[in-house]
Amino acid sequence: MGRVERIWVYLSATPLLWLAATLLAYEAGSWVFRRAGGRPLANPVPIAVAILILLLRATGTPYETYFEGAQFVHFLLGPATVALAVPLYQNRDQVRQALVPMMTALVAGSATAILSAVLLARWLGASSETLKSIAPKSATTPIAMAVSEQLGGLPSLTAAFVIATGIIGAVIVTPVLDALRIRDWRGRGFSAGVAAHGLGTARAFQVNELAGTFAGIGLALNGIATAVLVPILFRWVR
Amino acid sequence: MLTALTVLLCCQLAGEFAARVLGLPIPGPVLGMLLLFTFLAGRLRAVEPVREPAYALVRHLSLLFVPAGVGLIRHTGRLRAELLPILIALLISTAATVAVTALVFQLVARAGKGER
Repeated sequence: MGRVERIWVYLSATPLLWLAATLLAYEAGSWVFRRAGGRPLANPVPIAVAILILLLRATGTPYETYFEGAQFVHFLLGPATVALAVPLYQNRDQVRQALVPMMTALVAGSATAILSAVLLARWLGASSETLKSIAPKSATTPIAMAVSEQLGGLPSLTAAFVIATGIIGAVIVTPVLDALRIRDWRGRGFSAGVAAHGLGTARAFQVNELAGTFAGIGLALNGIATAVLVPILFRWVR
Repeated sequence: MLTALTVLLCCQLAGEFAARVLGLPIPGPVLGMLLLFTFLAGRLRAVEPVREPAYALVRHLSLLFVPAGVGLIRHTGRLRAELLPILIALLISTAATVAVTALVFQLVARAGKGER
């Protein structure tokens, strides 16, 4: 074994390599995002994900090895969710005033998310496992996985749908809302959180703090709404 | 910074604990968020140092989804076999959800303002 290979074998087994690679890939994604003038299509997450998937493929590294390093970043999702309490508290008056529009929009949005995904996928000929796994796709991962399992779907496939939904949502929310001429930061943010959970919320915080705050509420509320609505709606459309 | 991390982790831990003890379908971190909100609203001095670091964490929220995103690699088989139905369903459904949620929000918010 050559010297370089020995070093590779050593480094590829430590969490350091893939942790550093994750941060570097994200920096690269952020660089592209800034160079593109903050255009939503150049979202740093899909860019970083694509770079890392290509790297794992090229080096024949299994996801499990990658995750041993990346888990330190992944772990921070929990504390970051708790941290959403701070902007929520700072903007509490605005939130209190918008309770009725939020609750109404939540029910409409959550039902749309579930029904449109299942009906479209079925119409396009997706398998029954895919239908069950796609129903809770707009909810945050832990809730979506639990709902999928209860329905008889594949929780790990649901996790893939959830993340894909988040990436799609982060990229399309701004153009969709601009096309509809919706300017209210509260409604803009809330819809991003309901449709695309944490990734929609991250996107909203990139643009505006008030939008981010409402996205955080949308994410939390749609988690609960999805858990309640999927079992009811799925039986109905099947 | 250290105090802030301690506060965040303790809220999350309490949230995870409560979710399991009460058998709630809500994730621990979401309950932890409600708990921290309650502490902030109650002007609990101990949680004050959390403010600035919390914003720092929230600003980099996108980064935290990268490892889960790379997890898509584990489903390439099915994603490739049903690529078109899955992609179209996710794309249209997500766009429709954004549109319906934002339009209903705007409609109800304006109706409420008109009444006053």
